[in-house]
Amino acid sequence: MGKHIITVNIHSLQDTVLGRGCGECQTSCQSACKTSLTVGNQSCRQLKNQEPKKGR
Amino acid sequence: MVHKFIFDETRIVLDVNSGTVHLVDEMAWEIINQYPNLDLSVLYAYLEGKHSQEEINEARSEVQQLIKEGLLFSQDFLKGLYRPPENRVVKALCLHLAHSCNLACRYCFADKGQYYGASSLMSAETGKKAIDFLLTKSGKRKYVEIDFFGGEPLLNFNGLKKIVAYGKKQAAVYNKEIKFTVTTNGLLLTEEISRFLKNHKIFTVLSIDGRPRANDRMRVFPNGQGTYRRVLENISRHVSFCSEEDYYLRGTFTRHNLDFASDFLHLADLGFRYISLEPVVASPEKDYAFQPEDIPYLEKEYAKLARLLLNYQQQRKEIRFFHFEIDLNGGPCLIKRLTGCGAGQEYLAVAPDESLYPCHQFVGRQEYCLGNLEQGITRPQLREQFCQAYIYNKESCAACWARFYCGGGCHANNIAFNDSIFSPDPLFCRLMKKRLECALYLQVKNFKKNFCLNGEFENG
Ligand code: SF4
Ligand code: SF4
Repeated sequence: MGKHIITVNIHSLQDTVLGRGCGECQTSCQSACKTSLTVGNQSCRQLKNQEPKKGR
Repeated sequence: MVHKFIFDETRIVLDVNSGTVHLVDEMAWEIINQYPNLDLSVLYAYLEGKHSQEEINEARSEVQQLIKEGLLFSQDFLKGLYRPPENRVVKALCLHLAHSCNLACRYCFADKGQYYGASSLMSAETGKKAIDFLLTKSGKRKYVEIDFFGGEPLLNFNGLKKIVAYGKKQAAVYNKEIKFTVTTNGLLLTEEISRFLKNHKIFTVLSIDGRPRANDRMRVFPNGQGTYRRVLENISRHVSFCSEEDYYLRGTFTRHNLDFASDFLHLADLGFRYISLEPVVASPEKDYAFQPEDIPYLEKEYAKLARLLLNYQQQRKEIRFFHFEIDLNGGPCLIKRLTGCGAGQEYLAVAPDESLYPCHQFVGRQEYCLGNLEQGITRPQLREQFCQAYIYNKESCAACWARFYCGGGCHANNIAFNDSIFSPDPLFCRLMKKRLECALYLQVKNFKKNFCLNGEFENG
């Protein structure tokens, strides 16, 4: 962390290529009628399975 | 490529390719503005009188360090290299349980639920066939999805019950898990149905637009009467049965309620915690369709909503707006982000007559019919087009700062506006970008709140 710049997220997208892309996460749809699932607001199923369970 | 924006005096820099978000002070902001020319003499001249040389040196080395670490001005290393997987699986199906509806919402895209055909219900046999189709076509995927949709799916609650029971039984055989969702207008949600949905862990998406006036203008019974009162009663009871995050309220806003932040507030004041409000998709000649001149107003409403959410955050009230939910550390991998919409690839819709379409929005349009449950995909070339619609193949997305958070827009929407799945609707893009800025801002504020407790960063 610097004096002039704070980096908010630790992971970088490039780090998510190796060993990921398993396709187990939720399918996305961006339409208004289904409540759009923008990709950015989804979670990675692999990471989720590693975490202690919380919520849905 | 970076995207820089200021939200209520907070300076935020998104490094597009690494997805890293930085909170920066004024000086770092100015230095980043000068990239790629970071020569000290240039920076001294540019920032003369505003900051000391020592401070400039300090901020410049922070910028250079991030560049070196690949967290600022990083390269898009998948560009030109990515190919969609050859081995196609289907892992989500939208089952059209009822091509019929008990409402006549004015903005309905589906011809009052009938999809331009005769009114019909999906038989339990068809539903079961769809389950078999999903379980056998999903390859090694363990987590698969079934979404009950319509028209109004609860008009076929008997069918739904049978399909869920069969689905659970068969999923166990295949060692898979099916996540069920039902999207309903809430009118038929009795206590019995709510209990069933809860007991079977079926996620519900409940439609209501917000304030009574906004809702009743659009969401009406076939006789034109508004539905607010009846629906609110049912969904309030339903939500009281739900455990945490088992539901989302979803509303649509139109040109008639551009001030949709007030609709959000209304729903939050009623005690609902998970809320999504979506801009209407409509052809421009409709009285409720947005016009380009409405966009600045809508952008301001999103900003207003972000401040409202920030306020809830500060009061530790857990109220969520779907489009501001973004998971900076646990979000999807880069591959997933290349295609936002799963239509026609891993996601298909099944009509009551067993035909398959890329998604619910295409149902009933013969030119997009992909096949049927019996024979599977009979038009692989058409499917291939959808598989090729990832961001690098869309000119405007490939150059857009929001690409790894957006994923390229809604194919159906793109066809409606540009007659091509490869070119997004600019109106959608503007709203998407604004929502993303708001979402990033909330993340930064949340992070900063925790971080500043340690008193380490005073700027920005
Ligand atoms: S085309 Fe649009 S409505 Fe269909 S799945 Fe994709 S984002 Fe959703
Ligand atoms: S905002 Fe528009 S241009 Fe940008 S990635 Fe999304 S659809 Fe593509």
